[in-house]
Amino acid sequence: MIGTGILKGMAVTARNFVGSYFEKDRLTTVQYPEERSPLPENYRNFPFLIYDDNDPHAGLRCVACKICEKECPPQCIYIVKSDDKKPDYMGKPQFYPKVFDIDISVCMSCQICVEVCPFEAIKMDKEFELSQRERFDHLLLRKEQLSKSNGYYHKIHPVEAEAVDTNLADAAAAAEAKKKAAAEAAVKAAAAKAAAAATA
Amino acid sequence: MSASVQTLEAMERPPVTMASRFEGELLEVSMGPQHPSTHGVFRMNVALDGEIVRKLKPVFGYLHRNHEKIGENTSYLGSMPYTDRLDYFCSMTNNWAYALSVEKLAGIEVPERAEFLRLILAELTRLQNHASLLGFLLSDMGAWGTPLMYAFREREKILDLFESLSGSRMMCDYMRFGGCRVDADDEWLARAKQIVDRFPKFLDEFEDLILGNEIVIGRTQNVGKLSAELAINAGITGPMLRACGVNYDIRKVDGYGFYPRFKFRIPLGEHGDTYDRLMMRALEMRESVEILKQAFPQIAPGPIVNPKVKVRAFRPPVGEAYGRIEGPKGELGFYLISDGTPNPYRYRVRPPSFINLTLLEDLCLGHTVADVMVILGSIDIVMGEVDR
Repeated sequence: MIGTGILKGMAVTARNFVGSYFEKDRLTTVQYPEERSPLPENYRNFPFLIYDDNDPHAGLRCVACKICEKECPPQCIYIVKSDDKKPDYMGKPQFYPKVFDIDISVCMSCQICVEVCPFEAIKMDKEFELSQRERFDHLLLRKEQLSKSNGYYHKIHPVEAEAVDTNLADAAAAAEAKKKAAAEAAVKAAAAKAAAAATA
Repeated sequence: MSASVQTLEAMERPPVTMASRFEGELLEVSMGPQHPSTHGVFRMNVALDGEIVRKLKPVFGYLHRNHEKIGENTSYLGSMPYTDRLDYFCSMTNNWAYALSVEKLAGIEVPERAEFLRLILAELTRLQNHASLLGFLLSDMGAWGTPLMYAFREREKILDLFESLSGSRMMCDYMRFGGCRVDADDEWLARAKQIVDRFPKFLDEFEDLILGNEIVIGRTQNVGKLSAELAINAGITGPMLRACGVNYDIRKVDGYGFYPRFKFRIPLGEHGDTYDRLMMRALEMRESVEILKQAFPQIAPGPIVNPKVKVRAFRPPVGEAYGRIEGPKGELGFYLISDGTPNPYRYRVRPPSFINLTLLEDLCLGHTVADVMVILGSIDIVMGEVDR
């Protein structure tokens, strides 16, 4: 009979309308500025630079190797290498970026810079309320705006940050052990040389 | 299937051709590019005889952004996030098609868990694409809002899954050559399983809402009929081809991924009209749910990426490869030629929406202007993929 299909459909609409008062599953809207759904751990938006401890200059992990600049698909990263060096987390002297700009109006949040970085220096931020009144300059983030502390990273990606910290500590320990072994080997070699000289 | 297909013999349907009001004069109307039901920036130059379409010329390219040329100038990995932007409803399947062709080119093996994850995500993509398409199609027919919102409520649950796994709702950029980027934990899999288990409830409700509706039947049956012969000759693929009764699904034909291990049926249409195309989506969602239900118990822990694949300076050997998958819209293929450098020498996309759109004029001739919107909606196009 003509009309039964429409009535059946209207019954569905009525069930949804009434159900929205009782079933959480049928009313999923979040009233955004007042009410916010939590962001998942893996959420990513735009990249930022990590510095250790409390000094954005001395603790900056980036060594200006420019791999991210080269691999970035839309080419939104601009780096100028420094002339002098500063010690990194293992105490090794390294270059640092004199200029590090990310144009977030070009960035497409693909995370490739994070994947290729060998120094765990660049990570994805979760900040998404970034609207600006000006069109150009305000979306070009400078090194000062990009640098954020390791504590901030722990706050936004707790699980991932823990793993990164463990990796870095292991690498530092391994480097320390290698240094020690090399020193010991040098001492041993010197002793052996001296002994050889004494016998000769 | 719960909804029965009704025929409307009792209903008087208006004759397809009406007497021309303007003797010998056709009225040219430019529909689009900012018409709300053209699914993006798409324009049609329509020559009208009263309400009847006599000529139709599609005009596209408004969203052209040189995807293929950019692909030749970035590294292989650098093209992966760009593929998300092709068909922005189904970034997971786009990623898979591209990863598949690069894996074919370089001869890369994919670990078992990664294959399962890819399959699960591809079928979830199919679910959300078809659900939102049905909503859009109803919206084009004038059921403004309600079905679309019901469909989007379901779609949003799946997008939340994508977000918690890959970090982004739509631009997932999830797959990598030889595997996937992030591992799914047990909690994620349990959540996904719960959503899939509840999905048939939504489907029952949605079929009650629309498929028996007399207005939907009146607007779609015998509208935009496509013959199997023409569809095959024009290279139509996906649900649009299967609506004509041609049994061609690349999941069965190629058997890529782990699809040969799964038991599922391919729904086939009979008439090739808009109603069959609409039903095809509803039935395919049921089959996707079946595939997903089989996949969740099988997935075992293991590595998710092949450790031999380098992230930086990835150079496949000289050669060429064509990888294709059954995307939600049809056959999505990537044709790559490598000359041994880090960038592909040629990067070609075979987009299903673009090739399915070529038959728009043949489908629309003799129908009214209002039917053009319904036919266009049933083709299932996304302009990001058509214009590239």
